[in-house]
Amino acid sequence: MAKFEKATSISNWLDQRLNTTGLKKVLMTEYWVPKDVNFLWAMGVILAMTFTMLVVSGIFLLMYYKPDVNLAFDSVNYTIMQEVAFGWFFRHMHAVGASVIFLIIYIHMLTGIYYGSYKSGREMIWISGMLLFVTFSAAGFSGYMLPWGQMSYWAASVITNLFAGGSLEAWGVVEWIRGGFTVNDYTLTRFFMLHVFLLPLAIMGLIGLHFYSLRIPHVNNQEGEDIDFDIEAQKYLDGNKKESKVVPFSPVFISKDFAVLGIFFVFFFYLVFFHYNFAMDPVNFDKANDMVTPAHIYPEWYFLWSYEVLRGMIYDLGSLKAGDIGLIAFAIANGIFLILPFLDKDPKILPAHKRPLFRIWFWLLVIDLIVLTIFGKLPPTDGNALVGFISSVTFLLLFIILPIVTIIDARRRGNL
Amino acid sequence: MSKENSRRDFLGYSFAAVAAVGVGASLISMKKAWEPVPSVLAAGFTKVDLSTLKVGVPKTVKWRGKPVFVLKKTQNMAKSPRDLVINNDRYTIAIGLCTHLGCIPAWKTDVWKCACHGGIFDASGKQTFGPPPKPLDIPMFSLNSNIITLGETGQEYNKISKALV
Repeated sequence: MAKFEKATSISNWLDQRLNTTGLKKVLMTEYWVPKDVNFLWAMGVILAMTFTMLVVSGIFLLMYYKPDVNLAFDSVNYTIMQEVAFGWFFRHMHAVGASVIFLIIYIHMLTGIYYGSYKSGREMIWISGMLLFVTFSAAGFSGYMLPWGQMSYWAASVITNLFAGGSLEAWGVVEWIRGGFTVNDYTLTRFFMLHVFLLPLAIMGLIGLHFYSLRIPHVNNQEGEDIDFDIEAQKYLDGNKKESKVVPFSPVFISKDFAVLGIFFVFFFYLVFFHYNFAMDPVNFDKANDMVTPAHIYPEWYFLWSYEVLRGMIYDLGSLKAGDIGLIAFAIANGIFLILPFLDKDPKILPAHKRPLFRIWFWLLVIDLIVLTIFGKLPPTDGNALVGFISSVTFLLLFIILPIVTIIDARRRGNL
Repeated sequence: MSKENSRRDFLGYSFAAVAAVGVGASLISMKKAWEPVPSVLAAGFTKVDLSTLKVGVPKTVKWRGKPVFVLKKTQNMAKSPRDLVINNDRYTIAIGLCTHLGCIPAWKTDVWKCACHGGIFDASGKQTFGPPPKPLDIPMFSLNSNIITLGETGQEYNKISKALV
């Protein structure tokens, strides 16, 4: 038995039993963050807080929502929106939060790509982050089904159909996922379970892994400087705070995070109160009807780029049908970011502005993602389909040439 | 290897065997629990009276939660081995879900157009444009004078499926 003494205070009582002093050091006062970072390094805390807002608003919606095809639509659009006090507030917060969290995820991801924060020891941060992106996508998709409007139903129908694998015609898989021949009551109830229990649970676990994976390699900095965290931390602890290149996560770094968080929340609640319509598709205010497809189906904005890769493949290639190529391209588009650390062959961690060719590659990727997003929303007429085709092919090509681009940069610098 | 070690190994292997059986059985039960339940599988049969159809105007009926198009073709519409022929009348019977991703195509003059990704099917249900990889599926049916029953397999259905292979 360990030795316990009479406690001098509540915190001392806890310290003896839980080693709270040690925990505080590991997580806060001796978890070191470089000084040379900008506001983009605050996105992690913003995401954690936005996720918290989704959980809290979700709990309130959960108390009135009914996962049944006959009741779901009215429980959302009548009970929650019109009867429950502040029901509209929690719904708009949840819908806007779901949209905004993807905006911040994309900024967070692109920041990581720009500064090369995914490689040489930081692979697990990137991989756990991409797994979070995948689970958040699944949560977004399953949640979109719940109001049981026309878009809910048809998006569910189209996306579950993807599992038939095009010409593979694996209909058994689709029917297994749906629990029926078409999207039905059983589909709604099981996706409700996924949305409110299994996926949030997975997300919380992955967030834990994501934070933990940061602890050993530490976060990157703006110029890709190779910081010896032990030496710099010692300088700080010795009182040479000015010379040290690092600051403790808490209370120093977190104060800046909170400042950015404050600005973010003003923006977030501006959207919730005055601009919630962008997250509320008018078509989804028609109740689901399995006999009428809406004139034009499109997913929420954050899925548009991969949706455009799916439908952008409009030409057959030999015996491969266009639809099948689209499906393969869609699968690649959703998985390719996961292996980014292994496609970048440059051994040094440097920001894009110190890697001439990679810098061009990065901005081409950003432009291509924007073009895909815009054309994913437009109807697939001849001209639009062609732009979609070109930008989808460009997306795949960018990842094929990435190893070459990074090798050339490294050779010119003399690192390879 | 010491005696103690091999005894511990034995315990480890016997636990692994018990656990493997348990995990395997649980996975099977979980997989089965997600399958469509019997009342969904035993979805009924739908009857359509072909004599009530207007020439050149398709009728949409619901069968097992899916739309089925039934069209009495005009004389100008091309013949197809997919047609159900009764006397001199030709009928198209097809599941009204785009073979690309399952949206319902809408009838525009003389073709079915899919709003989702722009696929087009002609009056016989064959794809003529866009991403659909194959013609609209033909549901199983049987014929009794002028009435077809969707969900049963009759000789006319078998004849058409054989002609398509």
